[in-house]
This record gives sequence, structure tokens and C-alpha cells, in this order.
Amino acid sequence: MSSDTISELDAHLEEAKKRIMNMPEVPMGKLPPHLQRQRTRVFCNSDAPTNTEGIQYSGAYASMGVDNSVRLDQFIKNFKVEVIQIKHHVDGNVYDNFMEFDMIGIDAALANAFRRILISEVPTMAIEKVLIANNTSVVQDEVLSHRLGLIPISVDPRLFEYMSENDTPNEKNTIVFKLHVKCTHGRLTVRSDELMWLPNGSGFTVETDPYSDKKSKPKTYTSFSCSQDSLPEFSDNPISLTHSDIIIAKLGPKQEIELEAHAVKGIGKTHAKWSPVATAWYRMLPEVELLEEIEDQLAEELVEKCPVKVFDIEDIANGKKRATVARPRACTLCRECIRGEDWENRVALRRVKDHFIFTIESTGALPPDVLFTEAVKILEDKCERILSELS
Amino acid sequence: MEHGSIHESHASTFSLADEDHTLANSVRFALNQDPRVSFCGYSIPHPSDAKVNIRVQTTGDPANEVFKDALQDLMVMCQHVRSTFEKAVVDHKTTSESFENMSIDSK
Repeated sequence: MSSDTISELDAHLEEAKKRIMNMPEVPMGKLPPHLQRQRTRVFCNSDAPTNTEGIQYSGAYASMGVDNSVRLDQFIKNFKVEVIQIKHHVDGNVYDNFMEFDMIGIDAALANAFRRILISEVPTMAIEKVLIANNTSVVQDEVLSHRLGLIPISVDPRLFEYMSENDTPNEKNTIVFKLHVKCTHGRLTVRSDELMWLPNGSGFTVETDPYSDKKSKPKTYTSFSCSQDSLPEFSDNPISLTHSDIIIAKLGPKQEIELEAHAVKGIGKTHAKWSPVATAWYRMLPEVELLEEIEDQLAEELVEKCPVKVFDIEDIANGKKRATVARPRACTLCRECIRGEDWENRVALRRVKDHFIFTIESTGALPPDVLFTEAVKILEDKCERILSELS
Repeated sequence: MEHGSIHESHASTFSLADEDHTLANSVRFALNQDPRVSFCGYSIPHPSDAKVNIRVQTTGDPANEVFKDALQDLMVMCQHVRSTFEKAVVDHKTTSESFENMSIDSK
């Protein structure tokens, strides 16, 4: 084939392409509805979910003349947060500390990054070292220490510094608690309210050489330069534990525990005791659509099928009844409503890929809304660190 | 650390220490949104090493620049998420407070 014919062919193809793209059926800059739906929804079919992946690549629809890239200004225009509820109070034994909010217009990559950071990278204070002077209880030292470590401490970790291996414990990186209990008769249940905060640091002295200078002050296991309760942040807000009724050990007659617990700052990645959340999770917004009018007998059947009461019945004219989707948010996608013959043709279950219902349960160090902002800051810091390393 | 060629700057692998899926997946998302990127992906060579490799290939621009822009974009997104979230929380607190006051008044 000569080069002339090739260029002619090219020109012809180009012409054809132009003609196709100019047809009124081709929506320019917009995806056809079925592709738009595949891009933005997860389809929950009775056998398995489909279209679960997010389509992130900017050129995914380039051949159709659609730009799939998320421009920053677009993201900023479309991103929304709606707080559903914040509970932060103690009422007797009922302790509520969680929040639920909707994050709309964000990719799962970022939503998941925030969740991961909340669980494993937002710091808190937790008991790390336990100095046991006496333990005659049936709970072994190491088990006791482990139990103490898991007790949540209600103190803002941002007021403390990390303690590295060579640091000496001081008032900026260590919180000291003391526990001294003895059972005189019967049985004694030791609860977390027996742990006393020592704002002046350790009370145990380190054994030193008896021939050394006896006049100098006895050395303790911490070197506090001042008392923690003299610091402005703790003076009218003493450090305490989130819960006063956690059982630490049970003592029999004449059994005794005497120990000191040193809490330091850490992150959940090192040990779960430093995780600031009980859990942090999200789910995508469920979308329930009725594909046809469901009336009378079938409508009642549908309402019966759903264990979380997503559907309601409304009366329409002539004493007829019709099923409606009343509470799609309650849907757990159990798929009970699309089980059985033909039901999949009547009801469609989907999830909205960029709408996250986020729930954070705090263990008490920080309120859940502060935890989330801290998590976002940590992701920013990560980016900044890499940027400075590269340049 | 960047592993790339001296002659060809449009493709590089960035090896990040002390990072995991949290950052790598977010950066991959940001990179994918950039039309200058022809390929990107990440891998964690061994689960016990705290290290990720992020591969960036572009249509011609230096991979280094494109990667930095992605990080920059990610930071701007985070800042926007934070400010939007803080505003939503303040709004929620003021409205729920006024709601509580209303119910006290009606008693």
C-alpha cells in the first residue's frame, strides 16, 4: 500500500470518528448512564457483588472523550461532611464516646487511610513499665502488667513527648500511677480507681552503693524537675483513668499488691494498648431501588422479608397498596430481599462508592472529633516528610 | 529514596522507609488522577520490612516532579477535609445545643 492510500485511510478514519462523536447520542464530557452507574456504584447481586473496584485512572474513559481525573477545585467543590451524632458523656456506668458522620465525595483510598491512621498511628498514653514491689496475689506479675497496660488513661497525649530508649523518665514523657492494696479479710476486688496518680513521679528509690554520699537525695526511678500538678494544663484537670470500675485483680485474705505503673506515649502500631479508638470503621451508603411497582401481596411479602425494616407500605388509590423504600440507610445488604425467584428483577441493591458513613469510638484520651482531625494531620505530615526527603 | 535513570527522567521508583498502605495507596490514588501519569503502582517487597516502593511512569514529564505534585495535591485534599470536618462539627454542636435549649424552654 502506498503512503498516499494510508494517509487517505487515516483521514477517512479521522472523519468517521468526528462524525460519530458529533452524533446527538454521544454525550460529550459525560458518561452514558450505565457506565456512570458502574463507576459510582457497587452492585450487590444475589450471588456476588460486582463493580467493586474504584476507577481511579484519569484516562479510563479517554476514548469516549470523558476526563476521569479529579481536579482539586472539583474535589473541593464536591466534598461534604455531615455530622450525624456526637456522644461524649459519662452517665453512671454508661459511658458514651463516639461519633458518626458522613463523608461524601472522597475516594476509598483516602477514607481508608484515615481509618488506618486512627487505629494505628494516632498516639495516646498507656502504661508501659510496671515496677512491682510486692505481689502475693494469684495474678502473675506479667499478666498483671499486661492488664494494667490495657487500661485507658484520660489525658491529652499532645501534652507529652515520646520517650526514646536513652531518655530518662521526666515530667514531660511519663505519668506515674501507684497501686497499693491489701486484703485484710474475705475477698477484695481491686478496681482501676485504686490506681493513684503520682504527680511528683516515682516514689520508689533506686538501691545505690551504701558507701556513697548519704546526704544526697535518694534517687528514684524518675527524674521529675517539677510536679505535674503544678503545670498549668493539669493543675485544675488532674490526670485520671477513663473508667473507674475496671477489675484489675481479685485478692484473697492477706494477699497484697504494691506497684508503680509508668505510662508513656506510643502508637497503636507498636501495641494495641496505645490505640485511641475502640474501633473506627466506615461503610458505604446503601442504595435501594425498586425496579418496578411492587403492589399488594408482593409489597407485604417484601416488607416481611427485610429484617431491618427498610421498606414501608403506602396506600394508593382504589384500596391498593404499594411498597416504598423508607429507610435505605438501615440496609445491611443482607440481600434477603433479592433472594428467591424474580426478586432480583424487582429490587436493586447498590452501594455509593464515594459516600462513607464513618463511625469512631474513642477510648477516652481525646474526643472522637479531635481524633479525626489528628488523623488527617498525620497524613499531611507523612506527605510533608516525603516531600522534604525528596527535595 | 529515588531509583531512576540519569538519561530518562520520566520513569522512577520511589522507595519510602517507614511507610505502608496508608500512604502508598493514597499517593497511588493521587497519581492516578494526574493525566501526565501513564503508569503507577506500589508494592511492599516484604511484610516484615517497613518499606514501600512506588513506581511512577509518565508521558514525558520528570517522574520526580509528578510524584511531588501528587503529594502536594494529597496535602491540599487533607487540609480541605480537615477544615470541612471542623466546620461540620462546630455546626453540629451549635445546632444540637440550640435544640437542647429549645426543649428546656418548652418544659
